[in-house]
Amino acid sequence: MNTASLNPIVLTLVTFIPAFGGLLILFIPRRDRDIKLFALVISLLAFVASLHLPVHLHRNLAGFQFEIDKPWIASPNIHYHMGIDGISVWLVVLTTFLTPLCVLISWKSIHERVKEFFILLLLLETALIGVFTSLDLFLFYFFWEATLIPMALLIGMYGHGRKVYAAVKYFLFTMIGSMFMLAAILWLYAKVGSFDFVIIQNAIRSGSIANFPAAANWLFLGFFIAFAVKVPLFPLHTWLPDAHVEAPTAGSVLLAGVLLKMGTYGLLRFNLSLFPEQARHNAPWIMVLALIGIIYGALVSLVQPNMKKLIAYSSVSHLGFVVLGIFSFTTAGLNGAMFIMLSHGVATGGLFMLAGILYERRHTYEITEFGGLATPMPKYATFFLVTVLASVGLPLLNGFIGEFLVLSGAFQARPIYGILAATGVIWSACYLLWMYQRVFYGKVTHEVNNTLPDLNLREKTALVPIAVAAVVMGVAPIMWLNAIDPAVQAALAPYVQLAAKVVGQ
Amino acid sequence: MTITMMTAHFPALLAAGTFATPALDDYLRILPELVLSIFGMIVMVIDPLLDPERNQKPLGTIALIGAIAALGSAFIMAGHPGTAFSGEVQVDSFSIFFHVLIIAIAAVVILSSYEYMAVQRIRAGEYYGLILFGTVGMCLMSSAIELVLIFIALEISSISTYVLAGFRRRDAASSESSLKYFLLGSFATAFFLYGVAMMFGATGSTSIPVIREALLAGQSGLLAYVAVAFMFVGLGFKVASAPFHIWTPDVYEGAPAPIVGFMSTAPKAAAFAVLLRVLVETKAPGWFWLLWVSAALSMTLGNLGALVQNNVKRLLAYSSIAHAGYLLAAFAARPDLGVSAAMFYTASYAAMNVGAFVVVSHFANQGEKYVTLEDYAGLGRKSPALAAIFTFFLMSLIGIPITGGFFAKFYVLNSDLKSGLVGLAIILVLNSAIGAYYYLRIIVMMYMREPRGDVPVTTIPLAAAIAMAFCVAATLALGIFPGRVLDYTTQSADQIVRGDAPPVSVQQIVIPLEAAPR
Repeated sequence: MNTASLNPIVLTLVTFIPAFGGLLILFIPRRDRDIKLFALVISLLAFVASLHLPVHLHRNLAGFQFEIDKPWIASPNIHYHMGIDGISVWLVVLTTFLTPLCVLISWKSIHERVKEFFILLLLLETALIGVFTSLDLFLFYFFWEATLIPMALLIGMYGHGRKVYAAVKYFLFTMIGSMFMLAAILWLYAKVGSFDFVIIQNAIRSGSIANFPAAANWLFLGFFIAFAVKVPLFPLHTWLPDAHVEAPTAGSVLLAGVLLKMGTYGLLRFNLSLFPEQARHNAPWIMVLALIGIIYGALVSLVQPNMKKLIAYSSVSHLGFVVLGIFSFTTAGLNGAMFIMLSHGVATGGLFMLAGILYERRHTYEITEFGGLATPMPKYATFFLVTVLASVGLPLLNGFIGEFLVLSGAFQARPIYGILAATGVIWSACYLLWMYQRVFYGKVTHEVNNTLPDLNLREKTALVPIAVAAVVMGVAPIMWLNAIDPAVQAALAPYVQLAAKVVGQ
Repeated sequence: MTITMMTAHFPALLAAGTFATPALDDYLRILPELVLSIFGMIVMVIDPLLDPERNQKPLGTIALIGAIAALGSAFIMAGHPGTAFSGEVQVDSFSIFFHVLIIAIAAVVILSSYEYMAVQRIRAGEYYGLILFGTVGMCLMSSAIELVLIFIALEISSISTYVLAGFRRRDAASSESSLKYFLLGSFATAFFLYGVAMMFGATGSTSIPVIREALLAGQSGLLAYVAVAFMFVGLGFKVASAPFHIWTPDVYEGAPAPIVGFMSTAPKAAAFAVLLRVLVETKAPGWFWLLWVSAALSMTLGNLGALVQNNVKRLLAYSSIAHAGYLLAAFAARPDLGVSAAMFYTASYAAMNVGAFVVVSHFANQGEKYVTLEDYAGLGRKSPALAAIFTFFLMSLIGIPITGGFFAKFYVLNSDLKSGLVGLAIILVLNSAIGAYYYLRIIVMMYMREPRGDVPVTTIPLAAAIAMAFCVAATLALGIFPGRVLDYTTQSADQIVRGDAPPVSVQQIVIPLEAAPR
């Protein structure tokens, strides 16, 4: 069978298979096992379908591929326009890769309202994929908002502790942030008469939009605020620890693994590609915020007594690297930023899964409750170590590649930023390894921990892909980077021109 | 000479001799009204013949058949555009739109009343009869192009709703609601009538096309401004826009829940239709700031009021004030952009709000005991289907994509921005954010709180289920494929704005302006 013939519809398939499966679950009787199995099958199906994308992607081309562009609504002029390039393809695959693992990891921990849980999870998957595949700003905004509700419900219904507070805080932060983006999108629509990303981009580049120079900085900021909340960039990060700590494991995995990348993806796709001059103009303070995020996130992680909160703050730090890389406007920086997005998704997703496994056994995330776990749970300890090392950025594991590239990009942009950011790498080694030491080494301090069972088959099945991905991405990053690089080059083209102009003067 | 002149200007008051004898087409153009009236009378006549304890269902079914027949006849009516009865009534795409909308609302409300009537033990005959008669008035409001007829239609619709609001006779709150609504409502209608009289004084006619000509000729003067303001007060009351909204929460709290679903949508839609005719089609002077201020006030007061409500009916009452504000924000935009947005908004607001009230009236149970926010705690666990449906309507009210509520707000925002009303657009966006909070409170209540044991949850009966399904389908259709409805509203809006109605009869067109009574 020639699978290339699927090219025009594959994005639609990948995007909507999960939602369609979620709707089917509505009609499955409330037998939890059936529902879980079905959700697993659906999410695996979406994963397999999404593998079509990197296989058939023309890696040396920069533009959008697998495009589908059909008129949807005549007024306002909305198109069903989807397409991916070397940047978004991996984020789609990351989403479909993590979702089956989320299903597996939630197998036991979700025992009531199971049906609703998996429906929400699959709807969330569709919304996430849609964010990365849509090329119509309206469609993009729709999927962007659509991620909000399932996630808020997952936190609020299945979380623990102050779950309602966390869910509402998450909802309001992102909702208010995205209102600014909506305003900017509407302004562009009013001037261009289209929501199409490519058309708007061309209109901006050709300078055919009236009053654009006066409004451009506001538009940039409108998009920027929505994305900065999602990333989250210091000082808009306060919702993240709350949301993570109270969320169920699967929620945390998708939140850290994919939802945060919506923000950095948006910065890359919209802020950088639509507003090059404004991006350059605003880069200094954004990079400073990113640096503060890197160091502040790391320092706060260091003192967290709660394992999940520690991982959450480490996300603030890691995502700071991504933003730093993006606004360095260097090929290395952008490639690195993209790579960190992926490796952070895998490694931090893995850490949250591991923390969730421990929570299922002990119902706490407090680090002091553990100690010496390597003795009763050797396999668990091994997986944890691999994931921690991947997250720390040990060479030959995936975290290293991205951080290295970002740091070299930051050095090119401004050496002092590179130096300061490099301390973040050291800090991350400190807090993660220190946490690992406190949890796994030494004597078993709490009697109850002696009896904890090690990983079972299901948990191992969920963790092996994480470990394998961490190693493969670390050893052969070129498999990812050769698709990312042309897209990044294309995104940077206007900056090269700008720089030439500056030099020319 | 003067007599014929007067005929032209004020046909309703004069001897029938100068009128053309009504032809068949004239009757076809009010066919839905005729069908509704006939079925209303059938319901009233059959009522005493049936056992009062068990007559709810058959009567409801007759009323439902009546509504469906009226819906069908609206399509027959649509095949005969033009004016009828010497330019009193006009069938154009604008009036057809509102006919279909209002009759559909009535049908859904009748469906949702089946269970309610049985549970609350309410005499069904008058209830269904009044719904049908009220619908007649509202339909007529949307197609009348003569101010006195509009006033009569307004009265038909209002009096029916006054009575309906007091139908829970055993409950003092319901009587209070009815009386309050009646007193304040009559006051407001009086304002409207004053406005009509003054408009007659200013332009020499009560016929909207004639008024339009007169106003365009620019010899209206101060009186026309006052007339517009007075009519706006009367209609502003009907649509519950600030500062004429004070009655809303009390009335909605006391009235029977299905009737609130009806009251908060159908008469409002009709009043908005009149407002469009009176303000936009006549190109009335001075409407802009009236609408701007009223829109801003309604949005803000409605949303702020809703924040602190603990009774779901009151909360939705305040939310309906806020939504009236969003609608008025569309009115304030440039007519060629705003009118279609306003019409779209009316339709999607009707779909989601009626739907929400179907849920509320099912949940309220006997004697409307369960209407506080706390009663909804844990509904997601006890009745996942009901909670999911309610959540869907609430999300539409918030304005989340793929629901009709989203596009409704979107078009309003778009029309405001394109008209350069950036201030109003900002107020609208901020208000949507406030609105999200209190709708979310209900959702949070349903899904994230533990259920209370003493709140019974009954299975959803078939009729209510159909009503809910219909509203969900309509909301979803408006949210995914808004194109067709929008095309239709745009087309009828064009017609309203340009005022090129189907040809009007001869008496109306010749307007010797110098003879206009002063």
